[in-house]
Amino acid sequence: MSENSIIGIAVDLDESGYLTNHDQWTPVIAEALAGEEGVAPLTDEHWKVLKFIAEDYKERETVPGMRRMNKVGGIPTKDLYRLFPDGPIKKAARIAGYPKPASCV
Amino acid sequence: MKTVLILGAGTAGTMMSNHLRRRLDDDEWAIRIVDEREEHYYQPGFLFMPFGVYDERDVVRPQRKFIGNGVGRIRGKIEQIDPAENCVTLASGERLDYDILIVATGTDIAPDQTEGMLGADWQNRAFDFYTFEGSRRLAAALKDWKGGRLVVHISEMPIKCPVAPLEFTFLADAWLTRNGLRDKTELIFVTPLSGAFTKPVASKILSHLLEEKNIKVVNDFAIGSVDSDSHKIVSWDNREVAYDMLVTVPTNMGSAAIDRSGLGDEFNYVPTDKATLQAKGHENIFALGDATDVPTSKAGSVAHFEAEILTENIMDYIAGRELSAGFDGHANCFIESGYGKGFLLDFNYEQEPVTGTFPIPGLGPMQLLRETRMNHWGKMAFKWVYWNMLLQARPIPLVKPELSLAGKNLQAASRETATQPIHN
Repeated sequence: MSENSIIGIAVDLDESGYLTNHDQWTPVIAEALAGEEGVAPLTDEHWKVLKFIAEDYKERETVPGMRRMNKVGGIPTKDLYRLFPDGPIKKAARIAGYPKPASCV
Repeated sequence: MKTVLILGAGTAGTMMSNHLRRRLDDDEWAIRIVDEREEHYYQPGFLFMPFGVYDERDVVRPQRKFIGNGVGRIRGKIEQIDPAENCVTLASGERLDYDILIVATGTDIAPDQTEGMLGADWQNRAFDFYTFEGSRRLAAALKDWKGGRLVVHISEMPIKCPVAPLEFTFLADAWLTRNGLRDKTELIFVTPLSGAFTKPVASKILSHLLEEKNIKVVNDFAIGSVDSDSHKIVSWDNREVAYDMLVTVPTNMGSAAIDRSGLGDEFNYVPTDKATLQAKGHENIFALGDATDVPTSKAGSVAHFEAEILTENIMDYIAGRELSAGFDGHANCFIESGYGKGFLLDFNYEQEPVTGTFPIPGLGPMQLLRETRMNHWGKMAFKWVYWNMLLQARPIPLVKPELSLAGKNLQAASRETATQPIHN
């Protein structure tokens, strides 16, 4: 874990640039991370995804996978690729301030 | 008379029936087990069938041979579970009441979940090796293989036995070499993961091995569709991989009966307490084996360890005590790497696979996370252990349900970045 900052705000990031302490997350930080991921500005459609990740994480302590986004979140895969190109789950998890989805067992 | 009803007579269900029959009083408890099939498959053997190492006789036996006296076998398809009524309805309409329900319905391939996967190429150029029939057809197809692009592919995680696609690739490399076809074959491994495997230390070692064997790896490939006209798989971000033969692991899903009963997650797996193996929200329903959503590998070794833990917890439940046994996610998996060698992984929820010795600390004879001949012989010997000890729920010497850290080199892992594992 390293001390870092995003737009001047001190935050803890892992080596892939994911927040390690979700309490440090704010919508302003999300917008800055979205800029780094090349998906800024965040629209209502983006926020729908980020909010679903947050709700689901609270319930299950894990970032939802693609099928869960589809089936439980009601967000189709093609929309996720349009909103967060090249790895939607990884990008959306980072912007939402949750850990990097390493993989599944 | 009270009833324990077990759904599924695969590895997990069969072991549970045998454990419980030994522990429960015949006069007080009936044990009934439901399955739609008569055959029991040694599923690890499906990997070897395509290469002619095992045939039908190695992997199929009648279920009845492994289910002890005093356990009622019911052949039937499960229609629905009704937790409010404590009963299960079969497709025939028969109603089965229970006091305790154990869900061991496993997981199966669901090729219909990927657009085009069941198209014209299915079972012609596109095969699976996760079913008896799939492996049999793949064995026949490989006999006619003359060379070209052989693509081994994982559709979506989680899958049963997550190392099996790598093993298939390593065995294919050796088989092609032996048959003088390796230089005519481009061997390609396509995965939705960012590495070769799900756990960092093992992933690094296995990636290196793929490279050494001249196997091309395509990472982060989330399949969108299979195109049978041009023989290509296409990802959601429009990358394409052409194949002459596709060996795919389709999306794995739990039983449709779990979905119909409203008891499953998005993969039809039962949300299950990862320590006690009690179904979340239902105190007299328990789940084990591939049917659960617990965050460890879907593997026979896991079902074996879980069966020991769950037996204790069911005894506690019956006695009205708090459930005392906790499963730690222990998995123990051999990885065949070809040319008579193999790896062995031993891990749990918290501890990823590392190097070391197994099962006797410092001695072995098995070496963890290293490629040895002894590991390969361990895997081959396991077939006998499975048929003759494991299913009967006889104790296997030196192998405990809890992961042992003795004999493991833990520094190797702590040098790696600890990323939090995420489960779909």
